[in-house]
Amino acid sequence: MGDVLLSDWEKSSTVRVIPPARPRKLAKVPFVELADGRLQGVVSSGSDIERVYVSSVAADSIYSFACSTNNNRPCGGARGTFCNHILALINEAVLQYGAERVARYLRVEVEESTTQAITSAMLATRPSHLDALAAASVFSRFLRHLAYLELAPTTEPVPEMQWFPPTREVA
Amino acid sequence: MRADLLASTPDGVDEAFAAVDAFDQALTGGLLRLQPAQATGLTQLAEAVANTPLASRVAEAAEKAAAGVAAEDHFVALAAARTALLGAIHDALMAQVQEATGRAASTPEVVQATGGEAAKNILTAARSWLSDLARAGWQGLDSDVVAGSAPVVSAMLPDMGLRRLAALLDGFAAELAASCPGATMERVPARRWADLWSCALLLTLPGGMAATAIEKATGRLLPLGIDLQEHATAVQAQVHAVFEPADGTQPRLVRASVSAPKPDTVIGAGLWQLLRPHMSLLNAFSDGRAMELTDMPLTAEGNLIWSDEHARRGDPADPFATARVVLPNAADAPTAPLGRHPARIAVPVFLEGYAAGKDEGGLTLTVAGHPLTVDADRIPVAGPLTPESIATSGACIGLLRWDAGAFRLQPLAVETIVKKKVVAVHAGAWAGGTTDKDGVKAEKAATDAVGVLRERAGRLLRK
Repeated sequence: MGDVLLSDWEKSSTVRVIPPARPRKLAKVPFVELADGRLQGVVSSGSDIERVYVSSVAADSIYSFACSTNNNRPCGGARGTFCNHILALINEAVLQYGAERVARYLRVEVEESTTQAITSAMLATRPSHLDALAAASVFSRFLRHLAYLELAPTTEPVPEMQWFPPTREVA
Repeated sequence: MRADLLASTPDGVDEAFAAVDAFDQALTGGLLRLQPAQATGLTQLAEAVANTPLASRVAEAAEKAAAGVAAEDHFVALAAARTALLGAIHDALMAQVQEATGRAASTPEVVQATGGEAAKNILTAARSWLSDLARAGWQGLDSDVVAGSAPVVSAMLPDMGLRRLAALLDGFAAELAASCPGATMERVPARRWADLWSCALLLTLPGGMAATAIEKATGRLLPLGIDLQEHATAVQAQVHAVFEPADGTQPRLVRASVSAPKPDTVIGAGLWQLLRPHMSLLNAFSDGRAMELTDMPLTAEGNLIWSDEHARRGDPADPFATARVVLPNAADAPTAPLGRHPARIAVPVFLEGYAAGKDEGGLTLTVAGHPLTVDADRIPVAGPLTPESIATSGACIGLLRWDAGAFRLQPLAVETIVKKKVVAVHAGAWAGGTTDKDGVKAEKAATDAVGVLRERAGRLLRK
């Protein structure tokens, strides 16, 4: 990137700092985010409609992971390595944010940004299992996310939204 | 439109921006540990407002900040100085716009009410978070500093009186969170974040969000086009229209808005679905109709506060006919004092007889010998208007905007030739729904996404 372009970017009031989420089907993984130094989210249970799994992988050098139900029962699959919930979570994160952004956030060095490459690179470090310390906070972030649907729309003008133009670019 | 008049930069604008940029550099490094060069930036800002009523307060604030002992009031004074400079730039650019469009300047000056002490605690909390940001600077950002916004935003969102600040802080914090840690950022959106920071800080002051005077509007509303705004967790659609008062007085440019908070996975056609049930105007727009208003509340700066019970569907009305015949005689909407910022300029214009081309900045429309860059990125994805259709168009309704040193055109609609017939293509065509094949597919995907989230919310919330 040239100097001229860089200074234009720094002197623009409307640069798009984060690209919007890309469309994906939500049934299996209703919530995924890159936050608090983790790739984290919520995965619906395949067998029990009332149950969800709260899964996360940390952006630390050993990719500490955790998976448990919303009632704090540990996931049986997540003993020595990533369980299917975590694999689904990585997959959906790549769909929503694009592989490059996921790799950058997790600080995974890959030659080619793909779900496969990101997952293999993390597994190669023999990630370690962490107790589900974060589960409660991830789950409450999910509930907060869902609560946005319950907030009332308004026809009072919100001139501050002028600061947020849409973009056709994708992640 | 005399686009040639938009080519030059008005006197004083470059100098004012130099002071703004100097301050923005200081804010990038953080006001707690200023480098000598950055402290000079604060002095430069203070000097730029030396002949105004802000002079002594800003000079004091610059001095305290340079010594690393600035308090909240000092941050507010600095934000006020920056806002005042950008207000002056806005006024100079708007004078240029008015000359270019040849439309009458808006007559009444907008006075914002003062006072309003509601929800004082939460505003204090917001101000305190913004002060923490200023101390840390963009390069000092970490997830702990950013996380301080979450309880503030959560407490504000349900309160309609605080929605404006909540929507701003929520979008701002998401950008900051995605950029953590600040120390490793490759580039810093210094102007943008200083804009958002100052805007938010002033909104926390008493009267910052006070409404302007309201009158009742009765007459015909002729839509021109729809501007969509969105961040990860909020969306707003603004319909730009000409209002013809029933008493025969001069037509005026007005806007009608509808907005909603949203989960970040509601996107594309899902945005229209969220907004559609709350403003019948969106349906009327998609059907190419005018609306008849009776006693609809209208603010002094030209914002209709929409309620369906004050509106009924009118006759068919072609936005291009409105743009050709009524728009030239319409009065522009005046701007509220705190809305005066160059990036908030959004003036409806009509162009035809231009040559479409390309330069290094992208698509351009050359009008009266002046190439105007097209801001195609602002065209919502859930709609039939595309950059390609603009390149082959013969007429365009758009919003004239300004950013990063130049005017740009945001297209709202174009007339283009399809199978030897002139066809109008509107960015907001799908606002009220669509029978377009791609549109129907997008609507289905969006319905499914919201369906899943509502089902999950139904099972998991309030348990």
